Amino acid sequence: MKNRWRVLENKIFVRWLSIVSIITMILLLVFFLTLLISSWPAIKANGFGFLWGKTWDPVANHFGMLPFLVGTLITSFLSLLISAPFSIAAALFLGEYYPKGLVPNIFRNVIELLAAIPSVVYGFWGLYTVAPLVSKIEMKLHMPAPGVGIFTASIVLSIMLIPYSVSLIRQVISMTPTSLKEAAYALGSTRAEVITKVIIPTNISGISAGFLLSLGRALGETMAVTILIGNSPEIPHNIFSPSYTMASVIANEFTEAVGNIYLSTLIEVGLLLFVVTTIINIIGRMIIKKVSY
Amino acid sequence: MTPYDIQGLQGRRVKDRIFTSLVWGLTFSCLAVVFIILFYIFEKGIGSLNWAIFSQNPKPVGENGGGMLNAIVGSLMVVSIAAILAIPVGVSVGIYLAENRGRKLSDRIALAVDVLQGIPSIVIGIVIYVWIVKPTGKFSSYSGSIALAIMMLPPIIKNTEETLILIPTTLKEASLALGASYFRTTMKVMLPAGIGGIFSGCIIGIARIAGEVAPLLFTAFGNPALNFNILKPVDTIPKVIFTYASSPYDDWHRIAWGGSVILVSFIILLNTIIKIFESRWKVQF
Repeated sequence: MKNRWRVLENKIFVRWLSIVSIITMILLLVFFLTLLISSWPAIKANGFGFLWGKTWDPVANHFGMLPFLVGTLITSFLSLLISAPFSIAAALFLGEYYPKGLVPNIFRNVIELLAAIPSVVYGFWGLYTVAPLVSKIEMKLHMPAPGVGIFTASIVLSIMLIPYSVSLIRQVISMTPTSLKEAAYALGSTRAEVITKVIIPTNISGISAGFLLSLGRALGETMAVTILIGNSPEIPHNIFSPSYTMASVIANEFTEAVGNIYLSTLIEVGLLLFVVTTIINIIGRMIIKKVSY
Repeated sequence: MTPYDIQGLQGRRVKDRIFTSLVWGLTFSCLAVVFIILFYIFEKGIGSLNWAIFSQNPKPVGENGGGMLNAIVGSLMVVSIAAILAIPVGVSVGIYLAENRGRKLSDRIALAVDVLQGIPSIVIGIVIYVWIVKPTGKFSSYSGSIALAIMMLPPIIKNTEETLILIPTTLKEASLALGASYFRTTMKVMLPAGIGGIFSGCIIGIARIAGEVAPLLFTAFGNPALNFNILKPVDTIPKVIFTYASSPYDDWHRIAWGGSVILVSFIILLNTIIKIFESRWKVQF
């Protein structure tokens, strides 16, 4: 009797393991279908013009998401650009200059602390510290000086990206074959030359994958950006103008959306965000996996 | 000019120096940023903390004082239910991946888990809204927990898998040779041997979701009253910070700084626990 029960419990266990694993795998597909079905009314009503429509007027049921698209892309790329030198330097410091030891270990943990601060706290902090600074710069340049806008959001976002890209790039860099580095040193290269001519070129695909994954993160970052971007659904004139991103328009307007088409349009924006970040993540992960062997 | 300087040795040396100091400088400015931010949060926050924040519910708009008791309770509720939902599933998937390494199916599952980690949290919020909030017609605390549980899965799965593959197969084979079933072997041999790594995976998951607002905006929504019912909406600490930070009232900003400090200290505490666990209970044979 006891034996039979043990056989049964074993069977149930094995079945359970494969069922939850497969559910986890198809979760993404289910997400996609859920978003697609719920945004179908909007896709039909808005058509393809939705992507390059310039006006966002929910009252008139007129939806164009070009302002959000532009706002999202500029903010994300700008933040990636700002954080790139810092991430590469810190990754070289921890992965190549001082890969082991107590002090680098502390450094690594300190940089990882950046990931411990929640997005909304970054936004709040930025509102108190970065926004006034940016506002001063704007006044010097004789522009309207609200302080919030693309530039402010990008600066704070770039800080948020650092722990993420540092850990990805450090991993890639530390996997450089020692023989390659030693060969370069034996030929009389300086350390800077080894880094710029051997380590970075051999790992260029891994490093790009690290930045690609950081970009995916920047595109979907919501709360800090919502607080700092200024929430203005117009196409920005320059990098200081207030703007809007795809994630923050969802965050701000979703619960206030009256009418089926409006809500469904916001879900369509979410669908787009989902598709783009999924593609970015699949490509990035595949490259990282390829270079890890 | 020395004969050695034929290939511009001096110049290359200078370049190397400049490069090295650039790397040092940029790395140290990263560290400086960490301290600037943490110092600012703690300086602003600790001054704002008082007993009322922990013991009172929010006052109506315009009145000073009040606290975030409702949000502290709400956060604990939403996060602990999310953990209860996510941990069994996450550990199971981790076991599956560790057992079936190298198979095509498990490679795909592992890729899906990685991609899931990169999905913007707000999208998960929308999906849960469509699944649960829309059919039931009301915002609820458990729908927020489900959204957070999905976000917690990837770190739990990854850590479980990575810990279990470090355990030598001889240990498993010994147990199986004694006649223990696969289930018993997993429960009594594999999981106890890897408990440190699995536990730290769970803590990483909790640290990841404790500060999340985006998936809760249209699931757990918010509730100015104290609530213990998982079928009703609740406030959470990060949600209150968001609402108060975007308001014009100074007193609300003060409470939001208090909330920030509570949240950040909690997450840093979790990170410290992870570090201790990783060094003490590391799988090593």
